[in-house]
Amino acid sequence: MDYFLTEEQQMIKELAARIADERIRPVAAELDEREEFPWELMKVLGESDLFAVWVPEEYGGLGGGVFEQALVVEELSRACSGVAVSYAASGLGSFPILLFGSEEQKARYMPDIASGKRLAAFALTEANAGSDVSSIATTAIEDGDEYVLNGTKQWITNGGEADIYTVIAVTDKSKGARGASAFIVEKGTPGLSFGKKEKKLGIRASSTREVIFEDCRIPKENLLGREGMGFIIAMKTFDKTRPGIGAQAVGIAQGALDEAVQYARQRVQFDQPISSFQGIQFMLADMATQVEAARALVYSVARLVDSGARDVSRAAAMAKLFASDVAMQVTVDAVQILGGYGYMREYPVEKMMRDAKITQIYEGTNQIQRSIIALDLIKEAARKGK
Amino acid sequence: MHIVVCVKQVPDPSQARIDRDTGLVIREGVDKITNPFDLYALEEAIRLKESFGGQVTAISMGPPAAKEVLKDAIAMGVDSGILLSDRQFAGADTLATSYTLAQAIRKLGDVALIICGKQAADGDTAQVGPGLAANLDFSHVTQVRKIRQLNSTETVVERLTDTGYEVLGLRLPAVITVVKEINEPRLPGLRGMMRAKKAEIPLWDSQVLDVDPKRVGLNGSPTQVWRTFEPARHQKGEMLVGSPSEQAALLLDRLRSL
Amino acid sequence: MDMRVRADDCTICGICVAECLFDAIKMGDEGPKFNESCTFCGACIEACPTGAIYQAEERGDAAEPAASTAPHDGKARHQGVWVFAEQHNGKLAGVVMELLGEGRRLADRLGQPLGCVLLGDGVEQLSHELMEYGADQVYLAMDPQLESYRDDLYAQVIEHIVSKYRPTIFLLGGTANGRSLAPRVATRLRTGLTADCTGFDLDEEGNLLQTRPAFGGNLMATIRCPNHRPQMATVRPKVFEAAARQPDRRGEEIVVDLPSLNPWVRIIEIVEESAIGPNLAEADIVVAGGRGLGSPDKLRLVEDLAKALGGAVGASRAVVDAGWIGYPHQVGQTGRTVAPKLYIACGISGAIQHLVGMQSADVIVAINKDPDAPIFSVATYCIIGEVEEVIPALIQEIKNRNRA
Repeated sequence: MDYFLTEEQQMIKELAARIADERIRPVAAELDEREEFPWELMKVLGESDLFAVWVPEEYGGLGGGVFEQALVVEELSRACSGVAVSYAASGLGSFPILLFGSEEQKARYMPDIASGKRLAAFALTEANAGSDVSSIATTAIEDGDEYVLNGTKQWITNGGEADIYTVIAVTDKSKGARGASAFIVEKGTPGLSFGKKEKKLGIRASSTREVIFEDCRIPKENLLGREGMGFIIAMKTFDKTRPGIGAQAVGIAQGALDEAVQYARQRVQFDQPISSFQGIQFMLADMATQVEAARALVYSVARLVDSGARDVSRAAAMAKLFASDVAMQVTVDAVQILGGYGYMREYPVEKMMRDAKITQIYEGTNQIQRSIIALDLIKEAARKGK
Repeated sequence: MHIVVCVKQVPDPSQARIDRDTGLVIREGVDKITNPFDLYALEEAIRLKESFGGQVTAISMGPPAAKEVLKDAIAMGVDSGILLSDRQFAGADTLATSYTLAQAIRKLGDVALIICGKQAADGDTAQVGPGLAANLDFSHVTQVRKIRQLNSTETVVERLTDTGYEVLGLRLPAVITVVKEINEPRLPGLRGMMRAKKAEIPLWDSQVLDVDPKRVGLNGSPTQVWRTFEPARHQKGEMLVGSPSEQAALLLDRLRSL
Repeated sequence: MDMRVRADDCTICGICVAECLFDAIKMGDEGPKFNESCTFCGACIEACPTGAIYQAEERGDAAEPAASTAPHDGKARHQGVWVFAEQHNGKLAGVVMELLGEGRRLADRLGQPLGCVLLGDGVEQLSHELMEYGADQVYLAMDPQLESYRDDLYAQVIEHIVSKYRPTIFLLGGTANGRSLAPRVATRLRTGLTADCTGFDLDEEGNLLQTRPAFGGNLMATIRCPNHRPQMATVRPKVFEAAARQPDRRGEEIVVDLPSLNPWVRIIEIVEESAIGPNLAEADIVVAGGRGLGSPDKLRLVEDLAKALGGAVGASRAVVDAGWIGYPHQVGQTGRTVAPKLYIACGISGAIQHLVGMQSADVIVAINKDPDAPIFSVATYCIIGEVEEVIPALIQEIKNRNRA
């Protein structure tokens, strides 16, 4: 389908596709097997200016937004979503700075993120604070010109690899969710360390680690926005990045669909290619329709977010929810079409199925997405009813 | 320092398919790309520029559509591209091609180093680089796998030989042809692609180049393709079946006659 | 005033025609002809590589050599089939004997002598060897500066010798050096050059028909160079049969005078790198491994089999790119072209770029678990099976038979 991309967007998509096909796909299985962080590929993405697409021109970027980033994430995910999420997580870590950072903070951190020289990460989740963001326990206590951070963040994408961490920590316990604040912490700060690398079902090329603060002192000017804005910063960041998770899901699903179509044309059983069987044809048709619907939704929402519209939470949640469910279903079906081969590691679809699962979980489980959508619906109806 | 890279547009070798019935190469629908060997030449020139400054110009000879490979070169990081294009240039063999390229280098005037890929993936002759040097009376060295040093009068290179390598000091101006071991070509960046999109590629024809019409294109080509034919078709191989040790025994029985 | 030509020296190369600013020269069968546009500027005299053009004060100048007025046929003045005798450290490259074998055949059909160009320092003994392999004449250029191959001086000396003695055919091995030297010389002589030939014939006019693979070996092209001499070609090693050595066969040794040499290369170091096992390009047996081996350690199996057979180790691009083995082992379009007597492809699917580099092997054995792998379409013997099972079985069987 034609999504009427601008010349520049078309260029971004083509370059990302080329990197996916030429550089990522040939090593995807190996990265998955060895659970190795793809630094070389991050370097390629940096040299190709792809980390610059969502960064404004005044901070060394190319002036695009969420939609441009989604185009890149989708293409990379066709080949390996472990690589794609390592790329996207730098966006997740950088949006708090872009949205709420001061001029000085943006000028200091964004150019290196835009060039890919430094990766960013977002540190919110804790062992007891997953979907329930208000129960985070990491604290940031003001002490003279500094904040002192203590606590442990869990399952942080790009943990240990990133240089720049945006961290949500509690500055005032008495205020609950309104007592959280956001900070920038640079790798190398004394008191900042990393836990072991997690062993995961999918996206195994990406790094997922604990980020540990032990009397970690940071200068006061590393506070993002004002004290107490932590929760709102996290939510506004997710509004920007949830379409990206949707794009990741669309990419995974497209990759699985491509493999399934190709396999169905080549695999001969009962003296004919299995693509001639209606059972297979109908599966492929449903898969393709779902993928296209997910893409259409993700693109529309990404453009909506970029338009500067207010109250995009519902739409962003829908994009993430729908696309990730599609990715799960389509990858399961792709494995089914490839049969025994699909189940084997020699073929790429079992990895895609493993990779797809996380898109239903992270940046808010799909249950949380449904809550967001439903609450927004009810709120809207209540407003109209007045 | 002014470095020139000679690039050629070729049919994508990775898309080469053979017609099962005729045994011939299918050429329809095959994308035209930059000769893969030339990417190493472009990368090396760009790296030299990044280390030592100067400018890099990419030159290609071909039909107007070959402009694309020069745009791709600009996207990678070369400063400018020039296309040598004229109907008179058509049908050139390596002698006529190297003469035409040499005329362009002469016109540029200040070129210190010319880098070419080891060979073109479609012709595989590896003759244009040395031929270009001979035309210009530049020094040349083929199959370079590393540039160790470069100054205004000399470059020190490692040349791959059939049995190892040589370290050679080469007087400038010079032509070097490079092998894939020399580097890993970069992909274009978005900024480069945007620059390339806007870039004007000057088209130099026989008038601009001031060539001798008898030395370009078909007229200037001493070699002529007399005929082409299909190579003898391979007979179907013999299938050796059985357990691995049976297969091994069958094979060695057959190889014994060698 | 008149422009004259020493017919014996003219190679009808056409350089004077091209250099003339006034379009005053037409190339005839017997050399350049000057028309009324000639301004006697002398540009052609400067340009002529053999010094064949000179200016005479008036017609019938007594100083003019008698020979130049004799009628002659331009092409006929190019006589002999020549071969470049590439040598390293006083040893002839293997391809030289193959060139002499094919050169002999062509020379006999033309009824002309077979010549050999030998450059080096203190390698006179090789000229006897060349004669025993069939050379009628050896043109010997000896100088300490010519000890090792170098593009600059070798090209200058050979250009000089070829211009002076005018062979009609000049063949060079398609080695790294041959493929660097030949285009330089051909361009200087402004003659045609065909790369990497695998077959030769002669047409009824005695023109050399030079056949080479095109489009990755899927098409053969026969090339002619009808109007320029010498007809030059590089020849793919391991394609032609080497000449048989005839002990005590003798020929004529011609020590050539050297032109003034203009060096532009400084040889700093020459390094022989020992790849694993014998030299890939020269080996009679090559055992090669590909991605289908599964993991780098399985390449050891390929090395073991190569060792058991006394062969060289080759590899597909995929495993070289993956870093399993060094680039010197890569076979294919971007690696080396090999044409051994036996090629065993282990776990190589057979991408067209790989096939180009090995399909002229005499016997090809393909071992692959995928029955649809393209490699089987060029294989003489096909073994469908797991490489890690078949190779140990082969090695065991070789050991058993050696013992027996």
